[in-house]
Amino acid sequence: MKRVVAYTGNEVVSEAMRQIEPDVVAAYPITPATEVVQTFSGFVNDGIIKTEMMTVESEHSAMSACVGASAAGGRAMTVTAANGLALMWEILYCASGNRLPIAMTVVNRAMSAPINIHCDHSDTMGARDSGWIQIYSENAQEAYDNIVMSLPIAEAKDVLLPIMVCFDGFIISHSIERVELLEDKQVKDFVGEYKPQYPLLDLDHPKTLGPLDLQDYYIEHKRQQHEAMKFVPDAVLASAKRFEALTGRKYGLLESYKLDDAEVAIVVLNSAAGTTRSVVDMMREKGLKAGLLKIRMFRPFPAELIADKLGHCKAIAVLDRCDSFGAQGGPVAHEVRSAICNLSKVPKVIQFVYGLGGRDLNIDDIEEVFGELKKVAETGKVEKAFDYITVRS
Amino acid sequence: MSDKLPGWRDIPIGGMILEAGNSAKYETGTWRSSRPIWDADKCINCLQCWIYCPDSSILVKDEKMVGIDYFHCKGCGLCASVCPDKVQAITMEIEET
Repeated sequence: MKRVVAYTGNEVVSEAMRQIEPDVVAAYPITPATEVVQTFSGFVNDGIIKTEMMTVESEHSAMSACVGASAAGGRAMTVTAANGLALMWEILYCASGNRLPIAMTVVNRAMSAPINIHCDHSDTMGARDSGWIQIYSENAQEAYDNIVMSLPIAEAKDVLLPIMVCFDGFIISHSIERVELLEDKQVKDFVGEYKPQYPLLDLDHPKTLGPLDLQDYYIEHKRQQHEAMKFVPDAVLASAKRFEALTGRKYGLLESYKLDDAEVAIVVLNSAAGTTRSVVDMMREKGLKAGLLKIRMFRPFPAELIADKLGHCKAIAVLDRCDSFGAQGGPVAHEVRSAICNLSKVPKVIQFVYGLGGRDLNIDDIEEVFGELKKVAETGKVEKAFDYITVRS
Repeated sequence: MSDKLPGWRDIPIGGMILEAGNSAKYETGTWRSSRPIWDADKCINCLQCWIYCPDSSILVKDEKMVGIDYFHCKGCGLCASVCPDKVQAITMEIEET
């Protein structure tokens, strides 16, 4: 039976984690993800679930404890944001390098300084090279669905990589939405019992994890991680297919909206996709063949699929909620450019940084971007390839 | 070195070592820049070298030294330095490449 609730993004995450009931959750509270840890620890304290909740002294310790729990053979989860993710940095690489399928929710928030608790993607974009799978979520429903779907992806036999499920701080984490939840048993059955492949606690098969790995082997192990990422798209689609059978909600590696015949398109992640979708409709009414490409899986980057979806456009704008200071645009823009650069006919690309520190991206901002795209499409010329929007001049 | 080692498809993931005690199979002898030379005639079998060797590379049989395990010996020279001054059964020589 379908359970429809009015929950915040954070509440649905704690609800998903309660239903998954991992063996270990080690977490340290940080805005805007605090509520998840708070609510979840309440479930543990009240004896509703048997998860071992480790209240550690920092995010570095939270991720370290997850690494230990996962290496031992347990299913480990955590939650963080922004500077908390930054403090985990060293251990993010230990999780992926040791091939531990830890599932982490990251509530996207701006990096200090200046200190700011609101949304942008500087935190997870900074971790894009850490060997974690990254899935982005537009709203609370997607955040819930992605967290449930994340475990079978990370734990897939050929994958065994940690996974981040990301969604926008405050915009989603603190807004109440209508969300459809699964029954507890459905979630339990969906994620299944975790069967670790190389548990340290399997005393009949003693093994060493994390030994010194020098010039004669290290690059072979990194090559394996590269290979494991190749299996992720299939694992994401397999998880999505089972999830669709359960809920009717369909997920892919990305979502395209009115893109098939679009001449101009915007590429964006997370909650801004919702606003952009509305503006696409408004542009269509005005006669502009506008479209949207929302990237759901950013790591591994579905480059071929993106080239396939965008190749026919005349002009594309990539909106990044993160800057790579000194570069010619944000990380998503760079990836999209790389994905299409070898096409025989390459669409023109303009790139914008928007919404840093929680600055709203409004309808008129997106209309302006489509206005620029229209000009580029008509003239075939790019006057300015990279700029900030939603900023005072 | 790289020619005889397995490729990335043929090794456990994540640097994991799935076989207990397999460090015996790992050749550290290639790290050596100088080589201990043992003179059996001078040796008094005090076994100070056997006690101090950090790589268990002093080979002993029936409480007598029988040789040096060059597959593992890293050439640190501790054995030569603990060999009594009056004995000097172990001397270090530059490793020929």
